[in-house]
Amino acid sequence: MSHDIVLYDLPGPRAKRRQTILAIIVGLAALAVIAVVLMRLNAQGQFSGDLWGPLVNPSNEDFAAVWGLIADGFVNTMKAAVLAIGFSLAVGTAIGVSRLMLGKYGRIPIVGFIELFRGLPVVISIYFASRVLPDLGLNLSGWPGGEGLWFVVIGLTVYNSVILAEILRSGVNALPKGQREAASAIGLSNLATMRLILLPQAVRIMLPALISQLVVILKDTSLAAVLGVYPELLNSAKYIYLNLDNPIQALFVVGTIFVAINFGLSKLATFVEDRMSHSRRSPGRETDDQVRYLTDSSKIVQ
Amino acid sequence: MDAITENFDLFLSGYWTSLKICLIALIGALVLGTIIAGFRVSPVAPLRWLGTTWVNLIRNAPLTVLLFFFAFGLPEIGVRGSYYVFGVSALVIYTSAFVCEALRAGINSVSSGQAEAARAIGLPFMSTLREVILPQAFRTSIPPLGSVLIAMFKNSAVLGAFGVGGDLFSVSDTLTSAQGYAATPVLLGVAVGYLLITLPAGALLGVLERRTAILR
Repeated sequence: MSHDIVLYDLPGPRAKRRQTILAIIVGLAALAVIAVVLMRLNAQGQFSGDLWGPLVNPSNEDFAAVWGLIADGFVNTMKAAVLAIGFSLAVGTAIGVSRLMLGKYGRIPIVGFIELFRGLPVVISIYFASRVLPDLGLNLSGWPGGEGLWFVVIGLTVYNSVILAEILRSGVNALPKGQREAASAIGLSNLATMRLILLPQAVRIMLPALISQLVVILKDTSLAAVLGVYPELLNSAKYIYLNLDNPIQALFVVGTIFVAINFGLSKLATFVEDRMSHSRRSPGRETDDQVRYLTDSSKIVQ
Repeated sequence: MDAITENFDLFLSGYWTSLKICLIALIGALVLGTIIAGFRVSPVAPLRWLGTTWVNLIRNAPLTVLLFFFAFGLPEIGVRGSYYVFGVSALVIYTSAFVCEALRAGINSVSSGQAEAARAIGLPFMSTLREVILPQAFRTSIPPLGSVLIAMFKNSAVLGAFGVGGDLFSVSDTLTSAQGYAATPVLLGVAVGYLLITLPAGALLGVLERRTAILR
């Protein structure tokens, strides 16, 4: 926060008055907009019990069914997200480590793979998984959780594993050079250097970026609703409002759930990042800056 | 590969529609994002709160939820429009939050001496921002802004999946579902279409990143 204040002087009496007046005008304008929206909603009967009842009134006949659907959707979203981050982490580590360890020419296919899947929209990967895999004769319907789950997980893994591989690579590259040199000096092989010295430190640096990536994955599970392949949270909302004709209310509830979880995760990422930048003073400023760059840029991937 | 050669016109028009959507969304998101970034660093507290709320709400909601809200929620309160308008508006609003954060990171990276010097020669807040901070901030923001815009191009595929007709993604849907072409070649064609934009854009971004890197 202290950084923002640098941009303007501490207000004197006149500036203070001007700012107070501006603040009041802005506040009133914002309130006016909210009031107009609420009145508009009210005029269209959007606050009626018919529309909200199933969502907020436990004695409503549909309440149990509606929240059952939301709970199912929530569990399914979580299942897909957790599986996707798990697989992405495993595959991403493998890709990232091989990119780091292969020689200049050996890593060309890996770089190609990374660039290819990084440039592809996630919707396309999920759609690809749902249309092309069955064409290739791969039948996923017998897998635990049903084929829809695996289409989403595969689609998300393909994209996020290459992103995590890149995060891992910049994490390892951000480590001070002396770490690798010291490991070589005591006679560790390349693989042992990576496994025992570089990766454990890189993973620590990567932690905030990993959490931010989890936000991206959680948001992307909802793409399944657009494609209609998997009954996740947004799909539950769709089902609810198609039956009860209350899209604003159902989407409001589901949107709030998404925002609440992701907001919590984003805050957690910032918290972990702050804690680390305090505990990692020793390697010098440069490393800290790279940590910040790493996490900053990862936040805006999506 | 017949699916692609026979329907090359359709692919081209899908491409054109995707690019048009992105161009409109690009301008909208840059303008809106810059305004919100200005809000977030302004001396007026309610503006800061407004900016923070906007970013936190929008960045943490999936684009799909925004799309659903626009397309199915707004008509309920009497706002009529085509899927195209709703889709592009949702994309603009979603991307604006990320543009704002990229710019704000840029503003924060300008060393505090610059702002202090600007204040010392008596520049007011708006001039400090417009003439001293933002020109430098834009420069630092080029790499993250670039990734935001590439992500936006990829996100435009969601609009196609959602049913905004005619873009590159919906071409694949039309061909495989309605006209019965095999999914694999069609989808490969669409994938190549997206990569034709995202790969060069990513490479260009790498060059720009090296060119504009400033040692601090």
